Amino acid sequence: MLLVPCPNCGPRNWSDLRYGGESHARPDPATATPLQWRGYLYLRDNPAGWLRENWYCRSGCRRWFTVERNTATNEFRDPPMPGDKRGAKA
Amino acid sequence: MTMSRLGTARPTEVVDRSSKVRFRWNGKRFSGFEGDTIASALAAAGEHVFSRSMKYHRPRGILTADYWDPNLMVQVGDDPNVRAGHRLLEAGMDVRAQNVWPSLHRDIKALNGLVGRFLTAGFYYKTFMRPAWLWPTYERVLATFAPGGRIDPDTPHRYHDKRYTHPDVVVAGAGPAGIEAALAASAAGARVLLVEHEHAVGGHLRYSSSASARAALAELRAALDASDVEVLTDSTVTGRYEDNWLAIVQRSHPIAVERLIKARAKMLVVAPGLIERPYVFAGNDRPGVITSGAARRLINLWGVRPGERAVVFAANSAGDAAAADLDRVGVEVAAVIDGRDHRRVSAAQGSPKAVEAVLAGGSRIEADLLVVAAGWTAPTSLLNMAGDRPVYDPAAARFFASDPPGNVLVAGGLAGDGSLDELRAHAAATGRLAAQRAAAVAHRLQARTARARPAEGAEPAWAPDERTPLDRDPHPELYRSDTHGMVDFSEDVGSKDLVAAAREGYDSVELAKRYTTATMGPSQGKLETVNTVAAIAEARGETIAEVGTTVWRPPFAPITLGALAGRVFEPVRVSSIQPWHEANGVTTILAGQWVRPDHYGDPAAEVRNVRTNVGLIDVTPLGKLDLRGPDIPKLLNLLYTNKWSKLAVGKVRYGMMCAEDGVVLDDGVTGRLGPDHYLMTTTSSGAGAIWEWVENWLQTERPDWKVHVTPVTTAYVSINVAGPKARELVGRVSEGVDVSPEAFAYMEVRTATVAGVDGCFMWRIGFTGELSFEIHAPAGHGLHVWEALMAAGKDLGVGPFGLEAQRIMRLEKGHFIVGQDTDGLTLGPSTGLSPLIKLDKDDFAGKPELAWATERRLPVIVAIQPDDAGVVPAEASQIVRGETNEILGRITSSRLSPTLGRSICLGQVEPELAAGGTKLTVLLTSGERISATVMDHHAHFDPAGERLRG
Repeated sequence: MLLVPCPNCGPRNWSDLRYGGESHARPDPATATPLQWRGYLYLRDNPAGWLRENWYCRSGCRRWFTVERNTATNEFRDPPMPGDKRGAKA
Repeated sequence: MTMSRLGTARPTEVVDRSSKVRFRWNGKRFSGFEGDTIASALAAAGEHVFSRSMKYHRPRGILTADYWDPNLMVQVGDDPNVRAGHRLLEAGMDVRAQNVWPSLHRDIKALNGLVGRFLTAGFYYKTFMRPAWLWPTYERVLATFAPGGRIDPDTPHRYHDKRYTHPDVVVAGAGPAGIEAALAASAAGARVLLVEHEHAVGGHLRYSSSASARAALAELRAALDASDVEVLTDSTVTGRYEDNWLAIVQRSHPIAVERLIKARAKMLVVAPGLIERPYVFAGNDRPGVITSGAARRLINLWGVRPGERAVVFAANSAGDAAAADLDRVGVEVAAVIDGRDHRRVSAAQGSPKAVEAVLAGGSRIEADLLVVAAGWTAPTSLLNMAGDRPVYDPAAARFFASDPPGNVLVAGGLAGDGSLDELRAHAAATGRLAAQRAAAVAHRLQARTARARPAEGAEPAWAPDERTPLDRDPHPELYRSDTHGMVDFSEDVGSKDLVAAAREGYDSVELAKRYTTATMGPSQGKLETVNTVAAIAEARGETIAEVGTTVWRPPFAPITLGALAGRVFEPVRVSSIQPWHEANGVTTILAGQWVRPDHYGDPAAEVRNVRTNVGLIDVTPLGKLDLRGPDIPKLLNLLYTNKWSKLAVGKVRYGMMCAEDGVVLDDGVTGRLGPDHYLMTTTSSGAGAIWEWVENWLQTERPDWKVHVTPVTTAYVSINVAGPKARELVGRVSEGVDVSPEAFAYMEVRTATVAGVDGCFMWRIGFTGELSFEIHAPAGHGLHVWEALMAAGKDLGVGPFGLEAQRIMRLEKGHFIVGQDTDGLTLGPSTGLSPLIKLDKDDFAGKPELAWATERRLPVIVAIQPDDAGVVPAEASQIVRGETNEILGRITSSRLSPTLGRSICLGQVEPELAAGGTKLTVLLTSGERISATVMDHHAHFDPAGERLRG
């Protein structure tokens, strides 16, 4: 079982967390076209390699955080602090 | 073959000849000794047939005499598929053969063997395909042919357990290499867990006759006893997952039948040794044909003479050792056929108790035992699970690890060959390396735990692997002789079947495996995988390395469902009022983790009491979030579809939440308790998810907003007081609040002291459609408040009501329930609450989708009444067009209304059917079609809502 590095609680079993999926920016709802909005809802890059993704430490500190994980090796890069704004892809 | 107990005990013997154990075998009395396995006791008693093979029902005897022996699956009492080669004998055991009829020795299905040429690979697939309507019959008949034991539905539940542990190093396998690695890692300061599949540590040293091996074993055992290593025998590391998360099945727990240990190991040392591989030739599955390991185990562990006259086929030193052991205990060794000199055994034949060995070239040797040492299978399962793809070395005739991850190390026979001293030295170096790397992993984990005790000093360097690699002994590649024979003993798959499968096009190992089911039986490929690969390679005219092997997946050894289920850690939640419910005849219902009152005997009577007098319902599971901060209105505007900027202190508002795709997510009321203090309620089932949803928005999209969220679902007990006399009752027990309609209107919230309990608040809402006050009291005082209300309302006719009565009343009022009347496709406007979707707000969750949804024709939630007032269509009944099966909608909720004396429903229908008065056809589950009418309002009862506003 994968160990996910929560910035507060440290490495925890992934079953202690909720997987928030690929991190992606929310389009401006005032100007988003259906194509852009549905891309935000449904389209994922799903790379074999480094991916910015969100996790929620549901059984621990209750923080959402963003980390970078290599989906091919499950290696994590040092996580930024909690509350990190979802933003541009790495 | 005639097996018997040796007259004198062997020095390595594990049986206690002074302690007799009586048991039954197929109903007859037998006895063995303490320390015997079921199989060794039966062998010592002269039994030579233990089972019938799966397809052809050929008689089968001992093959390997250990856990992996495919021929020794028996039924013990109500316990099916027990491995008689491994399970220790216990007094009173009722052991029976499986898969035989009418008996082990006269098995009618052995006739299958005569028609065996029809039972080739894919026979069942090809034969029982058509006609499809006969499938149920085929299934019933074929099921009687299925192998495996008998499951007794009355088997008592036995205790299984779980354990969680975080050792530095786990060593899988306690042969000499495993023990040495564990000792070295422990000496270097690591916390070590050593796991041994067998009943005792020592591996092959346990059944080795040499004095030096016995001395080495004694030395290793003494060192282990003196060490801090935790040893688990009769336990198996059965799975390796990400970051060395290991599943270990412990069968030796003193209390639990089995215990599943979940170990997070910093390092894993894999030292399972090697498993002896059968040789493929005609008659290789006859009783009396056994592996060299079986011969040595029978002689040296249990003092069993495996036969009287033996032929030994030896392609390695294990075969030589078996010949020596046989000779030592007085078995006549008629011939040793040396496989290293290109000599081969071609066939085993003869009468049932004899084994005549036919050699390549045709010469025959009369015997009653054929001992085969043809080579080894490297059990690389745990390496496969770690992502390694082992590679085949033809010179050594077995697979080796290629490039396992750095936190998995290999020792012992899996790593290479050498003298015992060389293997021990390599294993000790492996243990030291494991300890060094474990320290580095521990430091890294600690350093990443930002708020725990900081890691001291710099992270230790990742120790390089500087072990001297072990040599690889040359070994002849012996897989199949010049005849065809059995490859998979569990599944009755022969080399001929594999060749046929390859010819039919199933020539990749992964395909041939699934087509023939070779390697898929209880032996899990331990004995047959390499022979399977070799047969495919031969059929394709390629090498084993070119064909490659199948990927070994968990489990290494089977796990019972009991061990997987184990102890359940899921909490059960009850409100503090639960003792009262239980004392008053409640029937509960499990809703998520909550145990809730469903009714107290008669839900219809509960409904009538609420509609005429007053009732109390315990709604504690209602999700409650305490919100504090200046930016709450912004948050509510973002989460709900409607507007919240102007909600005054003391007011409550209903809101609906949609997800970003516009689908209804949750609903509930939120009240403003103070300038910067709100209480949000969610549905009971959505309590957890909505909390996460709120946190997600606040933490990731709007981290600059000042709102603090505290979940208070379990901090308050929630009691809804509903009915025409609710005001009278609440007024009697409350202080500090004026409950008159002028002072405390519908959809308002007040703080109050209730039954002497400070810090309560209450609001007027109306899910039941009656005048109602929902009281939220500090959880510890919940039972007191409930009892006070019950006592104070005696003369008012107060009574409890449960979830079922509430569901009836909300349906009478036409209130939809998220998840009941909506589903994962129901967009906000379908609920009929379009006026609450304020598209003129700047932003809110799901806004773009909801804006586009207004231009689409969506299904609509409507109230429906069957024209026959006595018919209650089952929920999920379909609404169809006339006599066709064209689906136009469905019934989402239905009940018999005690208030109206008729059936009432909510349903989702196509928009053209949504107008009041539209006639619908509802298809009942019986197949009958009934007519029903769409109502003007969602509310079947009191559509103007006069009762709840009173």
